[in-house]
Amino acid sequence: MTAAIEIDALAKHFGATGALNGVTVNVERGEIFGLIGPDGSGKSTLFRLLVTLLLPDGGRATVEGLDIVKDFLKIRARVGYMPGRFSLYPDLTVEENLHLFATLFGVRVEDNRPLIQRVYSHIEPFRRRRASALSGGMKQKLALSCALIHRPSVLFLDEPTTGIDPVSRAELWETLADLKRQGVTVMVSTPYMDEARLCDRVALMQSGRFLDVASPPEIVARHGTTTWAARAERMSKLLTDLRAHPTVETCYAFGDRHHVTPRPGASPLLLRAAMETLGHRQVEISEILPGIEDCFIRIAGQPPREP
Amino acid sequence: MKTLPFLLEKEFKQMARHLFLPKMFIIFPVIMTLLLPWAADPSIDNIPLALVDRDASPRSLRLARALTATGDFRLATRPPSFPLALEDISAGRAEIILEIPPRFSADLQREGRATLLIAANGVNGTRGGLAAAALATLVGETAGGNPLPLQLHTLQRFNPTADYKPFMIPALLVMLMTLLCGFLPALNIVGEKESGTIEQINVTPVGKFTFIAAKLIPYWLLGAVILAYGILLANLFYGLTPAGSIGTIYLFALLFVPGIAGMGLIVSNHSATMQQAMFVMFFFLILFLLMSGFFSPVESMPAWARAIAACNPLKYFVQAIRAVYLKGSAAADLREQLLALAAFALLTNAWAVWSFRKSS
Repeated sequence: MTAAIEIDALAKHFGATGALNGVTVNVERGEIFGLIGPDGSGKSTLFRLLVTLLLPDGGRATVEGLDIVKDFLKIRARVGYMPGRFSLYPDLTVEENLHLFATLFGVRVEDNRPLIQRVYSHIEPFRRRRASALSGGMKQKLALSCALIHRPSVLFLDEPTTGIDPVSRAELWETLADLKRQGVTVMVSTPYMDEARLCDRVALMQSGRFLDVASPPEIVARHGTTTWAARAERMSKLLTDLRAHPTVETCYAFGDRHHVTPRPGASPLLLRAAMETLGHRQVEISEILPGIEDCFIRIAGQPPREP
Repeated sequence: MKTLPFLLEKEFKQMARHLFLPKMFIIFPVIMTLLLPWAADPSIDNIPLALVDRDASPRSLRLARALTATGDFRLATRPPSFPLALEDISAGRAEIILEIPPRFSADLQREGRATLLIAANGVNGTRGGLAAAALATLVGETAGGNPLPLQLHTLQRFNPTADYKPFMIPALLVMLMTLLCGFLPALNIVGEKESGTIEQINVTPVGKFTFIAAKLIPYWLLGAVILAYGILLANLFYGLTPAGSIGTIYLFALLFVPGIAGMGLIVSNHSATMQQAMFVMFFFLILFLLMSGFFSPVESMPAWARAIAACNPLKYFVQAIRAVYLKGSAAADLREQLLALAAFALLTNAWAVWSFRKSS
């Protein structure tokens, strides 16, 4: 039995720059495989190659044992793809979009209803509304319903949760867990690190390369080092001062805290005292468990997305 | 191919939901048939004439009266000298000058000949030229006062009154078909590219032939309906009916519309944005219109221009539809046009299918 997706030294160049510089990985059946990386790291290019929208310049890949160049028509019948940008017909209604895609794949909506029930039930009350009039979260649910309507065995989701609300994000990940239980293989890219933890394995991507591929706990075990979270009244000045301090190796803004990677022998108490000497008030520095994003910064030398 | 009816249904739904498009299909032909034949009419009528009568004899007065009697010219000013007449032209009070020299009547009497001066405003070359020629003819006919031994008759075959409209309206129908059946499919596909919906279609097992057919067929049907509508409007407003059969017109439309729609598809396949497609289509539309014999006859163009016009599908359709409307030609008389349009349709559609790539 071959893996659901086999990628071997796959490369694609646009002009002189390489969008994908030879990546290799096998994705197992029923696995949720995450792609993590900043914009322009080649995530979308990898998706577009695997769903046969682009032809590779080097290497090879198979989806369900089918070659992405030779067997492109067979692949199209078996995969579901949700592009990063909403690409359904805005002037057709929810229902019409769903029926159109069902028909194009030669299936009936009723037959695969159970598979999409969880997502579709949220937008069903608006089935006569035009897709253009849906909110961002509802658009994504419709797009996922359309990508699932032909019961694909492999699902490709390019940043499905970007720009949608936390509740919708949680619902989407529940759906993905559902699909995994039904044996569907999912490849998903996300800029959210909390979502990376929900994947079975993740690939950290930068400049068209995989920096590392492993399960989230493994990534942390492999690359995680002592990490401190710091906060004070004036966060932006704190970031500058922390970065300038000799015991700090790196420091990045993470939401409402700064994550500090200290040099060997440094102490949070001494660093706090140093910050207070510089005029900071209500300084808190505590040790935390490093996350995937901390690991990404350690390997890549840059955060996976703009804070 | 099973999916074609559903894709067609989708195209028609989208067309009907478009706020602007359906209105345009109704209004555009009306405006085109109602306004353009009048606006684009190059024939001369009611041209303001500056008459410099330095003879002031009964004969010169009779000539002036005769000139304005036809309605082609009206006596706008009567300046005493030629330089003053030129000022009238500069000021826009007159378009053409006729100068009758002081000894006009006497010379004609004594020598049987006299010299007149005609000067026309050449800013609009066509109008000036036509007016000067018409004035010269009129003067020639009336100046002598007695009929010439040789009489010249001009006869406009197939268009006895030399009316501009029966000549222009069939050609306008061609322009209408070009805009609606060539422009719109091009913009439609590029629109799907811009909105990204084409990607979603491309990952389905729908074949490229089916996809293109679903894009073209609605515009073929639309073209057929619009043509009937245009023929009806021409009849309603101008009482025009084709001397030949409407079936022949449809036979030509059947070849022309897929050809021009195919060309639109090629443009859309090679354009990434709506703006780009629009620009390229405008370029071709203007080129095709000016080189189709629409305004000026192809026969009077230089050889290189005739060679370009020979590749222009509009030229053949314009020739054919005018022949059917005015001469009552049948398809058998227009074999060359028929073959040219068929070749163009084959070429553009083969190219369109070839250049439509689902993956790059």
